[in-house]
Amino acid sequence: MSRIAALFNKSKSAQKKVLNVYCTAGYPALDSTLEVMGALQRNGADLIELGMPYSDPLADGEVIQQSGGIALENGMTIARLFDQLKDFRKVIEVPVVLMGYMNPVIQYGFENFCQKAAEIGIDGLILPDLPPLEFEVQYSSILKKHHLDFIFLVTPETTEARVRMLDKLSSGFLYAVSSSSTTGHEKDFSLVEKYLCRLQGYQLNNPILVGFGIKDKASFDQTTRYTDGAIIGSAYIKALDGQKDKTAIEAATKAFLKTVL
Amino acid sequence: MSQQIGRQIYLKREDLNHTGAHKINNAIGQVLLAERLGKKRIIAETGAGQHGVATATVCALKGLECIVYMGEVDIQRQAPNVARMKMLGAKVIPAKSGSKTLKDATNEAIRDWINNPSDTHYVIGSVVGPHPYPDMVARFQSIISEEIRWQLKEKTGNELPTHVIACVGGGSNAAGAFYHFLNEPTVELIAVEAAGLGIHSGHSAATTTLGTPGVLHGSKSIVMQTPDGQVVEPHSISAGLDYPGIGPLHAHLFASGRGRFLSATDQEALKAAFNLTRLEGIIPALESAHALAGLEQVAFPENSKIVVCLSGRGDKDMDTYMKHMTEFD
Ligand SMILES: Cc1ncc(COP(=O)(O)O)c(C=O)c1O
Repeated sequence: MSRIAALFNKSKSAQKKVLNVYCTAGYPALDSTLEVMGALQRNGADLIELGMPYSDPLADGEVIQQSGGIALENGMTIARLFDQLKDFRKVIEVPVVLMGYMNPVIQYGFENFCQKAAEIGIDGLILPDLPPLEFEVQYSSILKKHHLDFIFLVTPETTEARVRMLDKLSSGFLYAVSSSSTTGHEKDFSLVEKYLCRLQGYQLNNPILVGFGIKDKASFDQTTRYTDGAIIGSAYIKALDGQKDKTAIEAATKAFLKTVL
Repeated sequence: MSQQIGRQIYLKREDLNHTGAHKINNAIGQVLLAERLGKKRIIAETGAGQHGVATATVCALKGLECIVYMGEVDIQRQAPNVARMKMLGAKVIPAKSGSKTLKDATNEAIRDWINNPSDTHYVIGSVVGPHPYPDMVARFQSIISEEIRWQLKEKTGNELPTHVIACVGGGSNAAGAFYHFLNEPTVELIAVEAAGLGIHSGHSAATTTLGTPGVLHGSKSIVMQTPDGQVVEPHSISAGLDYPGIGPLHAHLFASGRGRFLSATDQEALKAAFNLTRLEGIIPALESAHALAGLEQVAFPENSKIVVCLSGRGDKDMDTYMKHMTEFD
């Protein structure tokens, strides 16, 4: 069983909600990737979404854009990231998914990328600018071959038929964007609830994690009433506040996750 | 100009369109479509400001809300078009990331669209972006080559030129000028990119020379990028050509050899602009001046009948032209 499937099995039987926290590789400092991941695991994150910085991150709001910009200035690349992570499974037990954009992955070589990611112990991928049709025709077999999960996003505008199609193509979990939005935007929660209720009613194959705009315990509890867990991104990056020092990263992560859990 | 070059040159006068460039061809089509879709809010990106002005114009006519994203650098260098958009009732929002030019304005427009999918239509201004934009914009611009065919027939008795030459930013005027000649093998299609300070100066926007296959703004094409896939900031004196990609149609024309790709530097474009102005009394847009500069790089056979797409007029570029006036006196 995959690490992600095992996590959801465990949390379901314990009736616990999964907390997935996003962080940017190479931020705040080039070498803080593993320190941030360690701090997240120690302080209660069940799953880590590790962002690979890109010059033109269309699906991200300002906070994550800025963290990615700093990471690129720090010299972050996919090759460096794989190097930083080559032994990460010795210290990180929680599932880790990589989030990024198609272009850097294609330049690295899609198959090479998948092979390398799987080899070091990555569990899945999120590439919001990979359309489902291209995925199905060109890429899904490569992911399967390397036993990597692939996670699609759905929004309140996604029709039932398309939600079901994306559920079928996804494995690991389905990423429900809480409003049709780039990361870091808040929207009216009553509308969000209606939408999440609708998704819950579909009885999909994959667990659902809701993301975008969640920042504290109140918003976490509210959205996870209808889902299997939630994803926090911008609020955590903001909490890190660019501090590069190891103890500061630990302290900021601890303080932040206390406000959520 | 025909005399100067010693060949028959025809200018396709898109600069005479209302709002001063070919961009209106596409803006009208897309806003009508948006109206049909019941959208109330129109957004657009713009580089030179011509697409922004065209979109704002159609929105004024249709009573639709209009928001235009424009790079901060372009807001400075194309100030007259910013004023026009504002007078037309559009809101101009500066894009402050990256090189603060067309690519960054496009990023912001796409983010706006992601956040407002139900009431908003995004009018993309070139043959770039996700499907169906490259196809749709090319169709709306194909009026350019449709008109070239019948206007040439009227003037010369034959509707086929030997060469069609156009500048390429994202590539919409070129796509429109080439469209109805794509399946006419006798017609040579010539695209001119912006070489900026020189192709290998590190300040260029000559995508086919400097780029490699990649994905930008939702389509796979040729992209200027680092070996690890980060998009490179381009440079051109012309805001409309200052883009690190080209539409997928042009990538195909380049890869298949159906199109011939040239480039002109900032300086060559300026020279061509002053030359046309003094010869013909037409002040071209800086973008279109690149197509004119391309003319000088080709040894056209005798009896060539060459159509240059004069994509827009130069009113918006007067600041830049005035700065360089003494060099060309
Ligand atoms: C007059 C003019 N020509 C050309 C362009 C370049 O765009 P495209 O390559 O899509 O024709 C622009 C863009 O702003 C323009 O204003």
